[in-house]
Amino acid sequence: MGIAQNWRLRSQRYGLVGEVCDDCGEKIFPPRDVCPYCTQPAQTPFQFSGRGEVFSHTTIYNPPTGYEEFVPYTVALVKLEEGPLVTAQLTDVDPEEVNIGQPVEMVTRKIREDGPEGLIMYGYKFRPRLQEV
Amino acid sequence: MNHTKDGSVLNSLMRPSTPVGIVGYGAYVPRYRLPATEVARVWRGGEGGLPVTEKAVPGPDEDTLTIALEAARNALARAQIDPHLIGAVWVGSESHPYAVKPTSTIVAEAIGATPHTEAADWQFACKAGTETIQAGMGFVASGMARYALGIGADTAQGRPGDALEYTAAAGGAAYLIGPVDQSLAVFEASFSYVTDTPDFWRRPYMHYPSHGQRFTGEPAYFHHVTSAGKHLMEQMGRTAADFSYVVVHQPNAKFPQRAAKMLGFKPEQWAVGLLCPVVGNTYAGASMLGLAAILDQAQPGDTILAISFGSGAGSDAFALRVTELITERQGLAPKTADYVARRTVIDYATYVRYRKKLSMQ
Ligand SMILES: [Zn+2]
Repeated sequence: MGIAQNWRLRSQRYGLVGEVCDDCGEKIFPPRDVCPYCTQPAQTPFQFSGRGEVFSHTTIYNPPTGYEEFVPYTVALVKLEEGPLVTAQLTDVDPEEVNIGQPVEMVTRKIREDGPEGLIMYGYKFRPRLQEV
Repeated sequence: MNHTKDGSVLNSLMRPSTPVGIVGYGAYVPRYRLPATEVARVWRGGEGGLPVTEKAVPGPDEDTLTIALEAARNALARAQIDPHLIGAVWVGSESHPYAVKPTSTIVAEAIGATPHTEAADWQFACKAGTETIQAGMGFVASGMARYALGIGADTAQGRPGDALEYTAAAGGAAYLIGPVDQSLAVFEASFSYVTDTPDFWRRPYMHYPSHGQRFTGEPAYFHHVTSAGKHLMEQMGRTAADFSYVVVHQPNAKFPQRAAKMLGFKPEQWAVGLLCPVVGNTYAGASMLGLAAILDQAQPGDTILAISFGSGAGSDAFALRVTELITERQGLAPKTADYVARRTVIDYATYVRYRKKLSMQ
């Protein structure tokens, strides 16, 4: 992801800001400006609670370039409380501690660094909910 | 006490003309812990005294920004205000992720305070966080901002094998300063005491700090902490007995207890805010995290004395009175103790990997 694209997406990446459909009321993430449920235009920003549960997960041992320092790490499909499914890295959890249905919450963490001289990319990840730990 | 040229005593209390207070506060401590016995095992053959039990270590995807941000979100969860009304977002740290590019703008963006806000990063060793609170008091009291967010956060590093490696830890706390009628604790007064003292420093491009060995105790830490505390209490006409709680900067387990005792406090007044034995020295976060632990269990009417210390050197002291609003806000975000209890012990090898002390080049 280049600097410009990364910058344009900063509010959805830092804080899980999506959209709500003014017609059918469904919550949409990531924002796509057309409601996938009723195909009407949807452009009202919506701040997701960040709470959800693990829908499915897999552990990565051979990461793409830039993610080497985090291995082994778990990538999960998280079902948000408001409905949408989001793909994200899990954090503050060992791969063997992850279960389907596990309650998780959004945190903002370092996603990757563009080398020692480049930008640091921050974005959402999910961790086991604090009160469940 | 300072005297003016004609010999009269200078009252140097910082007390805003319009009273202000803390509307929301939030803490953050990372999940990982390095026991001090691990540092001793690797570098001292397991021998020697230990300055703390264990210290908090950030995970590989954490830094001062992510710590500051979670603390800020917890402060906002307690304050329950529209983030667009925040007129200043300030982050104090000695470990900002960038040498040039502010941490504060990323925090401001992520909490939804941009673009109509002031933002800046602050620097003064371990006292960088409490400065943002003092400045925030002035910003809010003068009417320049409705609310100001002051944060202290660090991911401090000690040179491998150095005495600081036992204690240099990660954590932070955030305070939203605002009008007194919305405050869970009111600032009664503040005081700052600074001198040019060469106890601890780090030059540009250097990874690890240097310290003036025996310079760190008496002329630096104890002199500034006790002077700030003593002047604040004297000028307010108070003594240690007038406070329910005290928290002072905590570079190890012993220093803060000795400093509090020198100021006339008793163990039951400092026990709640003394986190260093179990989280280490969180630098700019240290006294602010201890204050958060106190607020987590304070009752309306309680009084708190908080004193920071930053090398170089100086201390900021604050006298606070807790209001009725504390009770309904305490449970709106995770408590400091929840983070302290969330704990995964790592060994020295994992610590070396997480803190990037292995060169892969
Ligand atoms: Zn729709």
